[in-house]
Amino acid sequence: MTINTQSIKANQVPELKEFRAEVAAWLAHNRPADPGFLLPQTFMEVGSEQVLDFLREWQHKVWSSGYLGMAWPEKYGGRGMEPAYQSIADQEMKRLRVPICFNVIGLGWAGPLIMDIGSDYEKDKYLKGILNAEDIWCQGFSEPNHGSDLGSIQTRAQRDGDDYVVNGSKIWTTMGNYAKYMILLARTDVQVERRYNGLSFFLAPMHAEGVTTTPIKKLTGEYGFTETFFTEARIPATSLMGEEGQGWHIAMKTLQYERGAEAGAAGGISILSIVMNDLLKMAQDVEREGKPLLKDPVTRDNLVKFLIEEKALYLAEKRIGIPALCADYPNSLPLSGKLRGTEFFRRMRQYALTLQGAQSSLYVGDDDTLDGGFWQRAYLNNFSTTIGGGTSQVQANIIGEHVLGLPKD
Amino acid sequence: MTSTRTANMALSFSDEQAMILESAKSFCSDRSNISSVRSLLTSENGYSADVWSEMVALGWTGIAMPEQYGGSELGIGATIPLVESMGRHLLSTPYISTTIASQALQRGGSEEQKAKWLPQMVRGSVGALALLDNEDWGATKTSCTLSADFELQGSKLLVNDAAVADLFIVWADHNGAQVLVLVEAAALPNNALSKKVLIDETKRACNICFNGVKLSAEAILPNSEAALRDSRLIGALLTAAEATGSSAAALDVVVAYLTSRIQFGRLIGSYQSLKHPTVEMLIGMDSARTLIYHAATVIDDHTLNQDAEIACRMAKAQATDALLFAGDRGIQFHGGMGFTYECDAQLYLRRALWIQHQYGDAQHHRLHLANLLLN
Repeated sequence: MTINTQSIKANQVPELKEFRAEVAAWLAHNRPADPGFLLPQTFMEVGSEQVLDFLREWQHKVWSSGYLGMAWPEKYGGRGMEPAYQSIADQEMKRLRVPICFNVIGLGWAGPLIMDIGSDYEKDKYLKGILNAEDIWCQGFSEPNHGSDLGSIQTRAQRDGDDYVVNGSKIWTTMGNYAKYMILLARTDVQVERRYNGLSFFLAPMHAEGVTTTPIKKLTGEYGFTETFFTEARIPATSLMGEEGQGWHIAMKTLQYERGAEAGAAGGISILSIVMNDLLKMAQDVEREGKPLLKDPVTRDNLVKFLIEEKALYLAEKRIGIPALCADYPNSLPLSGKLRGTEFFRRMRQYALTLQGAQSSLYVGDDDTLDGGFWQRAYLNNFSTTIGGGTSQVQANIIGEHVLGLPKD
Repeated sequence: MTSTRTANMALSFSDEQAMILESAKSFCSDRSNISSVRSLLTSENGYSADVWSEMVALGWTGIAMPEQYGGSELGIGATIPLVESMGRHLLSTPYISTTIASQALQRGGSEEQKAKWLPQMVRGSVGALALLDNEDWGATKTSCTLSADFELQGSKLLVNDAAVADLFIVWADHNGAQVLVLVEAAALPNNALSKKVLIDETKRACNICFNGVKLSAEAILPNSEAALRDSRLIGALLTAAEATGSSAAALDVVVAYLTSRIQFGRLIGSYQSLKHPTVEMLIGMDSARTLIYHAATVIDDHTLNQDAEIACRMAKAQATDALLFAGDRGIQFHGGMGFTYECDAQLYLRRALWIQHQYGDAQHHRLHLANLLLN
């Protein structure tokens, strides 16, 4: 999957430039009209059929117009092009802030995984449905009471003839109630000494008998996740990916595709990013003592602190690529990325609400909210990132122990 | 809108910089272990003349200088890995003062001024900038005057490495114009220098009284305005690099203690109340390092553009705050030991308290950044 984009950029600059203009024009012309409800900022906010239908239609349109899965082979619904084209399409979607391509687990996790190590049967069966948004995918790694410690997975899958019988439950299943398939991590062997070796990876059907989902109401008051229960659920043995015992290894592999089309992901934006520009614009619009907040010295100092932090955050991605500048603690930036990023966004969004004054005491659904309550919801939802995938406190432990070599608790 | 002004995301590192970093690391760690740092604390000039000569012989004083003046013309960005390494090992020499002074001269001087002084500075003559009337780095005017017949009147505060400087570049008011003037150390009257007691004992500075120093028109840098502005920004960047190195060293000292000191039956590094702030030190240092090398990438020999100004100011604001945090927590985490002079943690806190006011503290730079980014 490694493709030298440098050479493409060097040789095809005019074509890429032309393509960028083409995508931008298409997006500008085809971006959906304001649906009259607050659009999800991430794929974890698909809480109603209304939102689902809207996003499904949008993703289908992006794909059928040729701007999704561009680097995937034609026979699986792609266009067989260089990933650089998809990267450009993604950049333009991000820049023009069109709605997200919501089938994120399919596009960015399951799809590239199947492309990478899947059988022909699996490729034929799953890939196109991921791109055209017919088949929604969800992820079943985390379990109740175990947080993000995957080594303690309790959900059992036992071979029985042509099936596996699955028992257990998963939590924080994004779009679990709408998904057709789940990438499922379950324990097939309880005897093994190293607990990670007993795990297996499944491309599991969600519409099998014995699989039920219960939506979880988030602190925002909205839905987006489910708890998923397996009660003597029978899934076909063909849904096992690789071999029994390879689950941990395969699960770790799914994480590497997050870095976009160059790493194998189908493309599309998974998140509508909120950046400092948005906060600055708000500070320009909101007035205190008859003047825009942007003229208040205390506010200005705080905003500059955020701007410095934002700049260091984005530049860190570049420094990771320069080993000489990371020699003392080589794993520092990669391992601290989640902590730095998610905590920055949490504080920045919280500050946005502080700046809004009494207006931020209103909530989504009130006509007088600023931007429909966008910031309120963004701040509350951001906790999914400072908690999910290992809380910030767990991240700090990991960095302290694995980067600085501090002793474990 | 506004933050498109922060959009310059250039960060690169040349082979030359990588080589400089490698040799600087081993040189600084070899020549400046902690016992030699301590042995210099009470010395007259605060540095080893032998080490300084070696640095000159290695060509480091010429890294950023044009080839025509005996330098290797790699640009000021190439000095950043060197200065960071010096900060990491608390290696004090007149390198930083001289580099900033030579930048002022290179950017603002006449051909004659440069031809006379730059080769000497490449060969180890010490230069020092004399800018401050008081503690305010934001001053736009100076009370030090250069009269119509070129006589100086006024004093400058906290001139680094003044006692060993061969050449001063002094900010003065000349008939209402803000100028930089060259003053040779030999031209100073007796008792012009008064040594100051600094909180960072690895550093040396004097106040200087320039009253009665007679100069000529040729002492004025023709392009003083740009040189004054740019040398202050370059000073901020170089001290940011030094502070970043010192942050990494402060972190090393804390980590060494946290992984060896046992209290209540456990290594204290296992306590999250110490572990997590230590991670915060790492992250602060990492951000500072990212920003200094970004600044090193966007800065060049031309008049500093807005991207370079933003980068230098961000680097200084971040590096200063990061080191202050690391220095302060470094003392606290050493417990009773941290309250002693013997404990090395004090060296970094004192460095932090000193360096935050070199070429403007964090708040000064954020104020200027606000004007650049938010207006």
